[in-house]
Amino acid sequence: MNGSCLMAAALAIPLAGTVLILMSDRWPNLREAVTLATAASLFAVVVMLVPEVYGGGRPALRLWEIVPGLEIAFTLEPLGMMFACVSSGLWIVNSIYSFGYMRAKKEIHQTRFYACFAIAIAAAVGVAMSGNMLTLFICYEVLTLSTYPLVVHRGDEESIRSGRVYLGLLLGTSILFLLGAIVWTFTAAGTLDFTPGGILDGRLAGPAIGLMLFLYMYGIGKAALMPVHRWLPAAMVAPTPVSALLHAVAVVKAGVFTVLKVIVYLFGADFLRESGYADWLMYVAAASLLLASCIALTKDDLKARLAYSTVSQLAYVVLGAALLVPSGIIGGAMHIAMHAMGKITLFFCAGAIYVATGKTEVSQMDGIGRTMPVTLTAFLIGSLSVIGLPPFGGAWSKYFLTLASLETGHMVFLAALAISTLLNVAYLMPVVARGFFAGGPPGAGTGAGTAIREAPALCVVPLCVTALGCLALFFYADALYALLLPIAAGGKP
Amino acid sequence: MILPHLPALQVVVPLLAAPLCVVLRRTAVAYGLAFLASWAAFAISVLLLLQVLDSPGGVISYELGGWAPPWGIEYRIDPLNAYVMLIVAAIGAVVITYAGPSVAREIAEPQRYLFYTSYLLCLSGLLGVTVTGDAFNVFVFLEISSLSSYILISVGATPKALTAAYRYLIFGTIGATFYLIGVGLLYQMTGTLNMADLAQRVPPLAGNRTILVAFAFIAVGVGMKAALFPLHIWLPNAYAYAPSVVSAFLAATATKVAVYVLIRVYLTIFGAEFSIAGMGIGYVFMPFAIAAMFVGSAVAIFQPDVKRMLAYSSVAQIGYIVLGFGIATALGVTAGILHLFNHALMKGSMFLALGCVFYRTGAVTIESMHGLAGRMPWTTAAFVGGGLGIIGVPLTAGFISKWYLVTAALERGWWWLAALILLSSLLAIVYVWRVVEAAYFRPAPAGAPAGEAPFPMLVATWALVAANVYFGLDTRLSVGVAERAAAALMGGGP
Amino acid sequence: MAWLGLYNYWIVVFLMMAGLYIVIARENLIKKLVGLNVFQASVFILYITVGKVDGGTAPIIAEGIEVYSNPLPHVLILTAIVVGVATTALGLALVVRINEAYGTIEDDELEERERET
Repeated sequence: MNGSCLMAAALAIPLAGTVLILMSDRWPNLREAVTLATAASLFAVVVMLVPEVYGGGRPALRLWEIVPGLEIAFTLEPLGMMFACVSSGLWIVNSIYSFGYMRAKKEIHQTRFYACFAIAIAAAVGVAMSGNMLTLFICYEVLTLSTYPLVVHRGDEESIRSGRVYLGLLLGTSILFLLGAIVWTFTAAGTLDFTPGGILDGRLAGPAIGLMLFLYMYGIGKAALMPVHRWLPAAMVAPTPVSALLHAVAVVKAGVFTVLKVIVYLFGADFLRESGYADWLMYVAAASLLLASCIALTKDDLKARLAYSTVSQLAYVVLGAALLVPSGIIGGAMHIAMHAMGKITLFFCAGAIYVATGKTEVSQMDGIGRTMPVTLTAFLIGSLSVIGLPPFGGAWSKYFLTLASLETGHMVFLAALAISTLLNVAYLMPVVARGFFAGGPPGAGTGAGTAIREAPALCVVPLCVTALGCLALFFYADALYALLLPIAAGGKP
Repeated sequence: MILPHLPALQVVVPLLAAPLCVVLRRTAVAYGLAFLASWAAFAISVLLLLQVLDSPGGVISYELGGWAPPWGIEYRIDPLNAYVMLIVAAIGAVVITYAGPSVAREIAEPQRYLFYTSYLLCLSGLLGVTVTGDAFNVFVFLEISSLSSYILISVGATPKALTAAYRYLIFGTIGATFYLIGVGLLYQMTGTLNMADLAQRVPPLAGNRTILVAFAFIAVGVGMKAALFPLHIWLPNAYAYAPSVVSAFLAATATKVAVYVLIRVYLTIFGAEFSIAGMGIGYVFMPFAIAAMFVGSAVAIFQPDVKRMLAYSSVAQIGYIVLGFGIATALGVTAGILHLFNHALMKGSMFLALGCVFYRTGAVTIESMHGLAGRMPWTTAAFVGGGLGIIGVPLTAGFISKWYLVTAALERGWWWLAALILLSSLLAIVYVWRVVEAAYFRPAPAGAPAGEAPFPMLVATWALVAANVYFGLDTRLSVGVAERAAAALMGGGP
Repeated sequence: MAWLGLYNYWIVVFLMMAGLYIVIARENLIKKLVGLNVFQASVFILYITVGKVDGGTAPIIAEGIEVYSNPLPHVLILTAIVVGVATTALGLALVVRINEAYGTIEDDELEERERET
């Protein structure tokens, strides 16, 4: 099979899976088997595309012209390849986790849950493979709408209110700013194709560049750049598998992925750097990075803390992109994968703790490491990866980001990165510390505190897999680096 | 043999079927006739559009009764009216398919055959307005459609329908008479009523005071028929209290046809150069269009009655259509015409879905829609589908409209207008989502009626939803014809 | 005093304004319809005025007559009168039904009743 067929398959498989999931409504086992089969075959197809892209190929799939001059078109390049692999690969793990979680919590509307999940993944893969900004925008909006039912899954007053924030911010910013920016780009440049080196060079001048960048950066609400980050904590009302895959990986990464795409392929990093109208973005990203970390410190609810941590980590990616040098772009791109693996582990752990003990607040988690040692060890590994300590994947992306700040001579960002790393330690480590060490002598009162009581195996196995993934990413980072190198070079023809 | 007479048949088929309904009286027979006539009209409109697109000059001229224009009445069809005709006839056909069970539920048996008679008259009036090339003939057909629509509205379930119909009658008649005054003044100056002939004779008289007065009278008169803000006050009650079938039909067609007249008069008769460059018609309409977009949507948010909410939403959407016209470039006019087409599909599907709700629950308030998704999943999904189009979400026809409108605004360098267009679509999210939340996340009241609407109603509703999605993906027809129509209009008339 | 020569236009304008005023200002639904009729009648007169040719006679071919008035406006207005009659009939029918349903045909009272329900 050639690249185009594989790409078509990658889009069609999750959609076909959705239909099958809806049809197997009455048979939960069949429904879950379908989900798993869909996830596995999607990942297989995506992986089959890797050699071609790795070898410098850019498989493309052109569907049809939606309006004259604008096509629904897909082109796979390294950045998208990486994002597609991350989303589809983690979907397998997350599906298994979902089975354990959803069954243990006896959730309602499970068919709707799995169906929307499949559509969301299809949209995420669509975002990853988009060949032009219009296609990306369409997939972006499908992603928003398909995740809405997942956010309001419980259907109570609180979820509806959170759903409003979620949809209002994501749909609102995308229609108000992003669509405006896209149409503007189209009228200015006459095309929306992602082109190495950008399409806006020479078509836009002066403060208009800054304004356009502003529209894009705040139009891409999924990148959660402060102050349009409010939707992400709101989305935590969803079941944990949703928070894990969508609000730590697929949705938020679709946002920063779009940021990278826009900067690299629409503006062109060189054009932006020379214009001088992009400097504000670095400062905004750095501020967002520090502020979100500080807010994370104040959150007692574990998922809320992780959500603000995600806001902060997304700002790393934006900062990397905003530095507009190859090492920054590579660092930012790498951080998409590294943070995904680390953060999904953390969410899996948070969910497992909730399933096993019903606890959601950090302050309640004293001594929990003694009853759930596997889970909390995985949590430790995930935390270390997010903090950026070797030998875990997160170390590499932070290394490149640090390198980029040094290269550009912006010592202030070096300081920001350092402080933020300390803040990471400050808001993640207490969970581990409390879990393993706090709570005084266990069993002093009841005697039952030391018995091992982990979450169901279907929950525990996935979080072990992703924890090991954090480790693996450290050692295979060079492959990722080699894959991503061309996009940074793409800025310099 | 028949093909050359299609323009006449377009009007004559439903017009003749109407009295037949009265003569035959039986409800089933009347429905059958209305069904056949509406679908025949649709088939004819498709054939006509194909003929127009194939014909070398892009215009078909038909001399009614064999009298040569400008003395006789000429039916003159170019891409613009072929396009509007297609949408009117298509909605007519879909709505009549839907009508059977809905009319049986909402209208008393002895009145039903008269209902179908009025429906056919209304359809032929609307088709007549679009097909004719004679300015006075437009008035006659406009009144045929209006008079029958007053009747259609008045048979709504509550007494409020009567007062709504009465007020619409007063407004509609004043509007039509204003138009008549304008046409009379034009006739006084030129001695002709044929539009193509007028288009030759009016522009040289530019600046003449009588012509200017005619210009103004027609703007107000047609503006009333089109419910252009602030002349829209008849519309919300008329749409809210009419029978479901009628709301859907009128919302998708009647105001559209009035907007068509507006475009036809200003860009064909007065001519693009005189209207736009000379009179600045774009600047006249634009403030009202923008006000309509915001006020209509904002008021829609606070309506407890969903049908009324949609009516206010229509006021806003007419604003978008007129805005495209107000931008006054080829691209702007394309956007306006395109939205005219797309909005008919979206709003039609939403009103039809509401009709299904009324059929089952007997009410269309937000409360009555609580938990509707569980009780009527397909209907609710159809409503949401139309709603996403109104918001302008990609993969729906509404997105294409919005894309063209914003492009047209930016092409003229009016970034503030682009911002206003996008900002006003945020309001649409709010009012559509009120219904979504009620339908999907509120518990259904105990003992609430459940079960889907009858099959024909669902099929018709979903046909429009499918068209809404189709024209969001494949825009060759919708954009292509709109572009040709706009090019013909802006290039100095057909 | 040239403007007096156009006296028929003054009549048209007077009737038009008077008719519109009645429609807007009167609360009684029947009176509104009367106003509407006056308003329409003014337009009929406008058309007929337009059709009059100075020194022309009725457009019937006869020996020795060269100048005829334009018959077309008369025909047009015949149609418009028919439309007007239909509108009035329909309007009156609606008023009857409104009276049956509400027991009043005063606009302000109707609005009050509607607000109550």
